[in-house]
Amino acid sequence: MAGFFDLKARKDAAATNGSSSKAAPVKETNRLQPWVEKYRPKNLSDVTAQDHTITVLQRTLQSSNLPHMLFYGPPGTGKTSTILALAKELYGPELIKTRVLELNASDERGISIVREKVKDFARMQLSQPTAAYRKLYPCPPYKIIILDEADSMTQDAQSALRRTMETYSKITRFCLICNYVTRIIDPLASRCSKFRFKSLDQGNAVKRVEEIAQKEGVKMEDGAVDTLIRCSEGDLRKAITFLQSAARLVGAVGIQDKDEDSMDIDDDSNGKIVTVKSIEDIAGVIPEETIEKLFKAMQPKSKGLVYEAVSNTVTDMVADGWSATQVVTQLYQSVLYNDLIPDVQKNKITLVFSEVDKRLVDGSDEHLTILDLSLRISNILAGA
Amino acid sequence: MALLVDKHRPRSLDQLTYHKDLSERLRSLAQSGDFPHLLVYGPSGAGKKTRIVATLKELYGPGVEKIKIDSRVFQTTSNRKLEFNIVASVYHLEITPSDVGNYDRVVVQDLLKEVAQTQQVDQSAKQKFKIVVINEADHLTRDAQAALRRTMEKYSPNLRLILLANSTANIIAPIRSRTLLVRVPAPTEAEICTVLAKSGKKEGFPVARELEMRIARESGRNLRRALLMYEAVHAQNEKVTNTTPIPPPDWEALLSVIAAEICAEHSPARILQVRAKLYDLLTHCIPPTTILKVLTFKLIPMVDDKLKAEIIRWSAFYEHRVRMGTKVIFHLEAFVAKFMRVVEEFEMDEGF
Repeated sequence: MAGFFDLKARKDAAATNGSSSKAAPVKETNRLQPWVEKYRPKNLSDVTAQDHTITVLQRTLQSSNLPHMLFYGPPGTGKTSTILALAKELYGPELIKTRVLELNASDERGISIVREKVKDFARMQLSQPTAAYRKLYPCPPYKIIILDEADSMTQDAQSALRRTMETYSKITRFCLICNYVTRIIDPLASRCSKFRFKSLDQGNAVKRVEEIAQKEGVKMEDGAVDTLIRCSEGDLRKAITFLQSAARLVGAVGIQDKDEDSMDIDDDSNGKIVTVKSIEDIAGVIPEETIEKLFKAMQPKSKGLVYEAVSNTVTDMVADGWSATQVVTQLYQSVLYNDLIPDVQKNKITLVFSEVDKRLVDGSDEHLTILDLSLRISNILAGA
Repeated sequence: MALLVDKHRPRSLDQLTYHKDLSERLRSLAQSGDFPHLLVYGPSGAGKKTRIVATLKELYGPGVEKIKIDSRVFQTTSNRKLEFNIVASVYHLEITPSDVGNYDRVVVQDLLKEVAQTQQVDQSAKQKFKIVVINEADHLTRDAQAALRRTMEKYSPNLRLILLANSTANIIAPIRSRTLLVRVPAPTEAEICTVLAKSGKKEGFPVARELEMRIARESGRNLRRALLMYEAVHAQNEKVTNTTPIPPPDWEALLSVIAAEICAEHSPARILQVRAKLYDLLTHCIPPTTILKVLTFKLIPMVDDKLKAEIIRWSAFYEHRVRMGTKVIFHLEAFVAKFMRVVEEFEMDEGF
């Protein structure tokens, strides 16, 4: 009862309670955050491997005038990261909420969104930042509307944008982001200055992945990074997601949870390393030997033997749960880069691949389709 | 009386008999507190579901076994009402969105958002998030998958998804890159034998090694099927020995008959006869793909070696047609006719 009236003690208790409960979620969200978000570049110079684009943008940053922009390139090359970093540098954490509208086209597309949301935002007058704030960030007198995945917007929605872009160009800049520039209608494309994002080259991707691995305290086997990059095909986001999953799977993370200070001690804590195999597991890549085995089974023998060998191998592969699309991709690679197969045969084989791929996309039975593919390739190899 | 499959289904990760390292991994994921979205794939009867239920138990304790079935009504944009069944416990939900066909997007959006926006009420719960298990994720439409994409990122503190699929082919790449892929291979024949022996012991069946071996081989590495066959053998025979024949399912027996008929005579009259049988199978809800596939693999041993590749080729061709077309019987019959023609032509060539 005495404790109840002891205001000071209660306040203290409340304070400690409050702070602890406050600290915990922050830490948790940090830990639960995907690394892709966690290591998104904070400013323009952090963006990896897009030197040309970055130099141009940095120059426009100084002149504080920005054209409408159209970013295009394969996924995971840093398009969204670049524009977000640019927005951050321009407006700083306070102003970014009111000055930037990010629309992800994957679920809110269509003409009504363009007419209402985009137009309303574009029309809005600018808020004035304080003088002190303006010293920290350039705060140019326009807003930015980011339309992510613009290539999945309907034609109508895109044409509705045309006039909007021009009318409000005094106070609003648009940034369209897409994978295929051909899906953007010409009138829109001609209003924007285009930036092509090229696929990441090996060196840069490796550097970035290694950096993240080191920061997270993930230990990696020799060659694991190379496998990671190979499996992700130049898509850095994929590579980082794979890395995180692999680390989770083998339990190579979780070191930081204990204490930030004990960083140097945990090197010898346990032998949990991310291996090449675990990365291949996550990426769903079929081991070389399995493909090799299938390929060997397809080599010309007398007819009956080929069928037996191929059908056995295929049955095993299907039972092991390998996805058919993955089989097709990897088999394609191994056939295409095999110098022992003459070009004429390769020609015919690629035709088969195209047909099989279409069938798989349509949802045909995987077992039959793969069996058919293998037998037909084997037939072609035999010179028929 | 429950079937053997249900009666002896492993309830926890310890009881799983094969893929030990996979169970270990799932356990470490469950205990780490940072459980990712999962995409579990593998052929049917490999133990995907069993493994997931066991993992859920590892995550939340025995509470997940108290399940109830909810029936919910959703309204589509065109004001159609959809009835949808949900299996739920306090901690998790289990849905099969492909039940509602094209409207799965509505279910995915409405239901998941609803779950995701409410936090776990039970303060004593082990995990902060709820889990939604989505069955047959490979049958989800593109739209539904695209809708999932945003939900997965936005609501990840309150919600984790476990997708179950037979193959990853129809899952769009953005979903694949957001989930942790877990492949569950089918058990090997030896592993099936161990499981059968274990079940048999529990039931007090006499030991019959040979029989178990045969069942394992017949089952095509599908554990569920193997157990059902095992039970069927014991139910039909008073005394089971190593030489007891394994009765095939009715439809498979019928398909054997069809295969034999097709091989015996190549004529339009025969096609007519076969047609009646095929219709019979279809009316008993045997999926056309299964019919075509099993028929093909029954025909293959009966034809000359040189023809095998050709037969497979046409089988795959008509399977694709079945998938794309509207009326199944056309394509099944076309396959039969094609088969007859191919064999006939081959025999003509051989003759001269």
